[in-house]
Amino acid sequence: MTFLSLEPIRVLLYLVGICAFVGANAAYLVLAERKGAGRIQRRPGPNEAGWAGWMQPLADGLKLLAKQIMVPPGTDSLLFRLAPLLVMAPPLMCLVTIPFGENVVARDLNLGLLLVFSFGSINVMALMLGGWASRNKYAIISAARVVSQNVAYEIPMLLVVITLLMMTGTMSLQEITAQQAGGFWHWNLFKLWVNPLMPVTFVIFFTCMLAETNRAPFDMAEAESELVAGAFTEYGGMGFGVFFMAEYANIVVGCCLATVLFLGGWQSPIGILSSGAWGLLWFFLKTYALILTVIWIRWTFPRTQFYSLLNLSWKILIPLSLATLLLTGAMMKLPLLWRALS
Amino acid sequence: MIATRETVSAAPAAQGPQETFVLNLGPQHPAAHGVLRVLMTMEGEWIQRAEPVIGYIHRMHEKMGENRTWAKFLPNTSRIDYLSAMHYTHAFVGAVERAMKIEVPLRAEYARVITSELNRISSHMVWWGALLLDLGGFTPILYAFDDREKILDLLEGLCGARLTYCYYRFGGLYNDVDDEFLRGTRDFVQHLRPRLKMYRDLVTDNVILRKRLTNIGPIDAEMCRRYGATGPVIRGAGVPYDVRRMEPYSVYPRLDFKVPMYPECDSMARYLVRMDEMEQSLRIIEQALDQIPTGPFLAPKVPRVLRLPAGDYSYAVEAARGRFMVRIVSDGKEIPYRVRLRAPSFSNLSLYEEASRGMILPDALAMMGSLDLVIPDIDR
Repeated sequence: MTFLSLEPIRVLLYLVGICAFVGANAAYLVLAERKGAGRIQRRPGPNEAGWAGWMQPLADGLKLLAKQIMVPPGTDSLLFRLAPLLVMAPPLMCLVTIPFGENVVARDLNLGLLLVFSFGSINVMALMLGGWASRNKYAIISAARVVSQNVAYEIPMLLVVITLLMMTGTMSLQEITAQQAGGFWHWNLFKLWVNPLMPVTFVIFFTCMLAETNRAPFDMAEAESELVAGAFTEYGGMGFGVFFMAEYANIVVGCCLATVLFLGGWQSPIGILSSGAWGLLWFFLKTYALILTVIWIRWTFPRTQFYSLLNLSWKILIPLSLATLLLTGAMMKLPLLWRALS
Repeated sequence: MIATRETVSAAPAAQGPQETFVLNLGPQHPAAHGVLRVLMTMEGEWIQRAEPVIGYIHRMHEKMGENRTWAKFLPNTSRIDYLSAMHYTHAFVGAVERAMKIEVPLRAEYARVITSELNRISSHMVWWGALLLDLGGFTPILYAFDDREKILDLLEGLCGARLTYCYYRFGGLYNDVDDEFLRGTRDFVQHLRPRLKMYRDLVTDNVILRKRLTNIGPIDAEMCRRYGATGPVIRGAGVPYDVRRMEPYSVYPRLDFKVPMYPECDSMARYLVRMDEMEQSLRIIEQALDQIPTGPFLAPKVPRVLRLPAGDYSYAVEAARGRFMVRIVSDGKEIPYRVRLRAPSFSNLSLYEEASRGMILPDALAMMGSLDLVIPDIDR
C-alpha cells in the first residue's frame, strides 16, 4: 500500500481509471441500451459482431474514428471543435468525488456534492455552444431548449439535494455514504423515521436526473422526429461519437449520485459485507439497476411536449420540492423549538 | 395551400418581422414520412405559416393511365398509396366493372371485403407505429409490424405480393380464396383482439400520449368540408362520413359495422377513430368469413381486350386514409381517355397550412402524424 500512497501515482491511477471507466461505460451502455431495446421490442438487437454482439461497441468506435470530422462551412469552427471536448470533461470531473467503495475514491472533498453539481451544470454550456456553433436552425432550437430545460430542472434537483443535506449535515459523499451503513433500512431512501418524505425526494431527483441528462421521455435536445438530431445535427464521426458518449457518461454520473445520496452508495443492503470489493459490487449493482431503469423508461414512453415538460418542472416539481424542503426543516427544527419553549 | 417545387414562394421571411425565420423541414426529415417538404415560417418554436411543398415523388400515374390499356393500368393503382393497395385496386376495378356492367360473383365480393379490411388494419398499424415514432415512442412500431406481418403473410398467400397487391381482376379475383387463407384469417382475428387491448393499455391510455394529442391540432367539420378532407380526419371531427355507408359498394350493406366517430376534432379523436376502426374491421372480417358463399370467383365472359363503352364513370371506396375515387373517361378505345384519381391524402394535407397556424413545432408534427399522410398518395 505504500506504493499506492504515493500521491502522484495515485492521481495518475485514478485519472486513467476514471477515463477508462467512462469510456468503457459509454461503449458498453450503448450496447446494453440496444440489447435492452431489442428485448423490449421483441428483436435480438446487435448480435453479429462477436459473441452476442459483444464486439459491436468496438466496431462502432472504429467506424466513428475512421470518419473524417467535417466542419461545415459557415460554422464557428473553434467552438464547433471545442464543444465535444467541453461536453466530455464535466462528467469526468464529477466522478472524482464519487466513492465507489470503502477506499475507492479519487478525492474525498468535504464539498464533493457541490463540485458534482457545479460541474454538472457546465455540461449544458457545451451542448449550447455545439448547437450555436453549428449555425443550423435545428441545432439552435435545440440549444435554446437545452438551456431552458436544464435551468428548469436544476432548481428542483438542487432543492431536493438541500433537503437531503439538511438531514446529512455534510457535503462529503464519503461521509454521506458512511451515514447510511447497516442495512437497506438505513439508506436515505428508506429512512422514513427521520424524514417520511424521502421517497418523494428520490422520485423528484430521478425525474430531474432524466431531464438533466436529456433522456427520454425528456430528450428535447435530440427529439429526432422534430429536430433531426438537435444540437448534434451537424456533427459526424467522432464529434458525434463524443456527444453520444457524454450522454452516457452523464447518465452514469447521475445514477452514481443517486446511488450515493439515496441508495446507500457502497453499503451492503444486509448490513454486512460492505468492505473492500464487496462495496464495489454493491455500488455497481445499484448503479446499473438505476441505469437499466433509465433505459427501460426510454423504450417504453413517448416523448413529452416541450412546454408540458417545462410546466412539469415549474408548476409541479419546484413547488413540490419547496414543500418537502419546508416540511423537512419544520420536522427537524420543531422538536428543538418545543424543547426550548417547555 | 400546397405549393410545388416550381411554385414555392421564395424567402417568405422577408415579409414578416425580423424575429421570424424559415425552417425548411424536409424533404429529408425524420418526421416527413417520406419526401414531404414543409416550409415553416417560425417565430421561435411557434409556427406562423407552414406551407407544404409537394411533388418530390410525383410519378404521373394519371398520365400513365392515358397510354396503356385498362388491364395494364391496374397494377399502377396499387402503387399510388402503397399502404392500402387493395382499396385502390378495388376502386379502379369497380369503375371498369361499372362501365362494362360486369356482375361480380358473390364469393369474389366477400373475398374483396375480407382482403380490403385486412389491408385497412395493416395500414392503420403502420400509421400507429409511425405516429408513435413522431411522438418519440420507438417500441410500438415494432409491435405493430410484428402483428402486421401476419396480414402480409396471409395476403402474400393469395396474390404473391406483400405490399402492392394486385389481387382484384375485372369481374372478380386473380385466384380463389383457399381454405388455408380463410382459416388463417379467422386465427388472425382471434390473435389481434387481445393485441388491440394491449395496444390500448400500453399506448392509448398512456398519460404522455394523451397529453400530446388531446386538444392538439383542432380540425373541425367546417374546415374538413372546405378542403375536402375525408376518412378518419372528418370522422374525428364528428361527421360520420364513411363511403362504405354513404355510397355503399360491394357487399358492405349486408354487413353490420359501426362507423367510429368522435366529435372532439383534435388529434386524439383522429387517433381513437383509427383504433376503433381496426376493431370494426375485425368485426366485418368475422361476418364476411361466416357469410362467404361457395361458387365462382371470376365473372364468366370478361373479354381479354377491354373496350369500355364511351362515357364517364366513377367509383369511390373508403380507403384507409379516406375517400378514394377513380374517375375514368372512355372514348370507346382500348386505352383510357382520362384517368382521374381522387386521393384522400392530398385533401387531408391541404388543410395543414390552416390548421397548423400558431402551433408549436412538436404539436404540429404530432398533428401531421395524426393526419396519416402517405406522400406517394399525395403526389400520385
